Amino acid sequence: MSRPILEVKDLKKHFPIHGGFFGGVTGHVYAVDGVSFDIARGETLSLVGESGCGKSTVGKAILRLFPITAGQVVLDGTRIDDMPAGRLRPLRRRIQVVFQDPFSSLNPRMRVRDILAEPIRNFGLAKGKDEMEERVAALMDKVRLPRDAVGRWPHEFSGGQRQRIGIARALAAEPDIIICDEAVSALDVSVKAQIVNLLQDLQKELGLAMLFISHDLAIVEHMTHRVAVMYLGKIVEVAPKRELFAAPKHPYTEALLSAVPVPEPGAQRQRIILKGDVPSPINPPKGCRFHTRCPYAFDRCRVEEPPLRPLEAGHLAACHLHDRPAAENPLAGARGGALLPA
Amino acid sequence: MASAHTAPLGLAAESRPPVAAAPPMPDVLPPVKPRRGLVGFVYRHPTMAIGGFLLLVMIFIAVFAPLLWTVDPTALAPARRTREPSLEHWFGTDMLGRDVYSRVMYGARVSLIVGFAVAILSSVIGLAIGLVSGFIRVADGIIMRIMDGLMSIPPILLAIALMALTRGSVQNVIIAITIAEIPRVSRLVRGVVLSLREQPYVEAAVAAGTRTPMIILRHILPNTLAPITVQATYICASAMIVEAILSFIGAGTPPIIPSWGNIMAEGRALWQVKPYIVFFPALFLSITVLAVNLLGDGLRDALDPRMAKRL
Repeated sequence: MSRPILEVKDLKKHFPIHGGFFGGVTGHVYAVDGVSFDIARGETLSLVGESGCGKSTVGKAILRLFPITAGQVVLDGTRIDDMPAGRLRPLRRRIQVVFQDPFSSLNPRMRVRDILAEPIRNFGLAKGKDEMEERVAALMDKVRLPRDAVGRWPHEFSGGQRQRIGIARALAAEPDIIICDEAVSALDVSVKAQIVNLLQDLQKELGLAMLFISHDLAIVEHMTHRVAVMYLGKIVEVAPKRELFAAPKHPYTEALLSAVPVPEPGAQRQRIILKGDVPSPINPPKGCRFHTRCPYAFDRCRVEEPPLRPLEAGHLAACHLHDRPAAENPLAGARGGALLPA
Repeated sequence: MASAHTAPLGLAAESRPPVAAAPPMPDVLPPVKPRRGLVGFVYRHPTMAIGGFLLLVMIFIAVFAPLLWTVDPTALAPARRTREPSLEHWFGTDMLGRDVYSRVMYGARVSLIVGFAVAILSSVIGLAIGLVSGFIRVADGIIMRIMDGLMSIPPILLAIALMALTRGSVQNVIIAITIAEIPRVSRLVRGVVLSLREQPYVEAAVAAGTRTPMIILRHILPNTLAPITVQATYICASAMIVEAILSFIGAGTPPIIPSWGNIMAEGRALWQVKPYIVFFPALFLSITVLAVNLLGDGLRDALDPRMAKRL
């Protein structure tokens, strides 16, 4: 495989908590605390995890919507996280974003034409008015919206149509990678399917890489090449889709997979119910972050944090269970909970 | 629509007893006739229409005061002082024999000029201050503490204090009230800017390489205009009242220029025997402030994004 289009190395983002009379820093939210992954050209990596685990923060850190605390973001061999804003601007073209909420992601006071023209103009992708019109029209075709809708306002469109406009805006910059931050979560099922298919078609057509941030494992299974599972600011498992869904190597992944509904009436998977709530990212537990809720936790988990390490080719997990003999490891080998036919 | 009810599914026809077809739905809802033009506007936004109409009347009075059967509002006539309202002097005359009707008509000019000027000036200045403090975090703390300080002084007291530093003129009244109103606007704008900055469409614009000045101009500013317009009408109303109060206590418009506040001040000593001298300027002031407030309420409803479809 050639050089990955995007590499994230030990990314950390700690948000300071201001409090007290003088507004001093009284603590930090460890939203993202050491996340590493890479994405190849044309590949989809899904970032999954429950609300508040830091998925969206990773996406926004890559887009550099805020400065990161530590780590590196490398775009096609160029480090972009410490670049001055002026030099970064032309590179922003290559990473674009589609947001979750189709209603707040479009400026209500701009017509569709102007929304789509903004990135084209910023990156100087069109010479003259005619080429601009042409490009805007081509974008409307790409996302399968009627060309003559460019003169309309965002509020005249439905949620699914607005999401198409959002995708068209991301494509307008001709990016190499698109970050889909819960891009289909706010849509209802039939529209969701259309948008997912549209994203897949566009990916094939344009060779886009995608970071697909989602909490919906069924969609992820349909969309993705590889999956990274996040828990409380850290990645606990990364694996190609089939391996991850067939044989999860981390207890958290296993529990997540057991919660995916089975699309068959009456059928029921054996559910693993996690006890308790997600601990606060302000004060994450010592040792393995998942030990407070892990059904298999043992003494070592409470003191020593497991590193994310390769177990099989391309399959990484952060769990001490894999140091134990196979007989004592409930995660050894393929297990139930598989969603895919083998 | 009716055919869907009368044609049963094939399944029901063979195995179940025939079900009585539902009668066609009557047209319960009368066809909606969209009203257009002026009638439609009054129908949809009655408060805005009433407020706007009253305000237009006041503007008409202010602009065409010399043509509305008035006499020189400053002409003294000691022989005819404190006359009751009559055909000759519609609102009577004051203790110096000046025609109260003419004074009230001309007084509309001061109130409206002060109201509009303060609304426009404090909105523009407050907008600039709010944008700066919403975007530059270092400046934010300092600016907002200054605004807190200004807000802790009641606007009328602040205006009186500022007037005490200078001599009474319409221009100085406008400046004093504007300074007193700026904190409210800049707080509002700052709040709106802070919430807009986090909007996904702003983040998408950042990701699309738009520079900060363009972000402010294209994405932030247009979306602050609706709340500011509404706030400006309230400031206009409040400025008119503050102007009247300043003039009433002699700290505002100089007595040579008739304003509703100083007409009332001059009538105050006589209000138990000649109440009409106070009554008429007070009535006009109340109607004008009511008109501006109604307009503001109407605008707020009309510009509310949740009601955007009605526009």
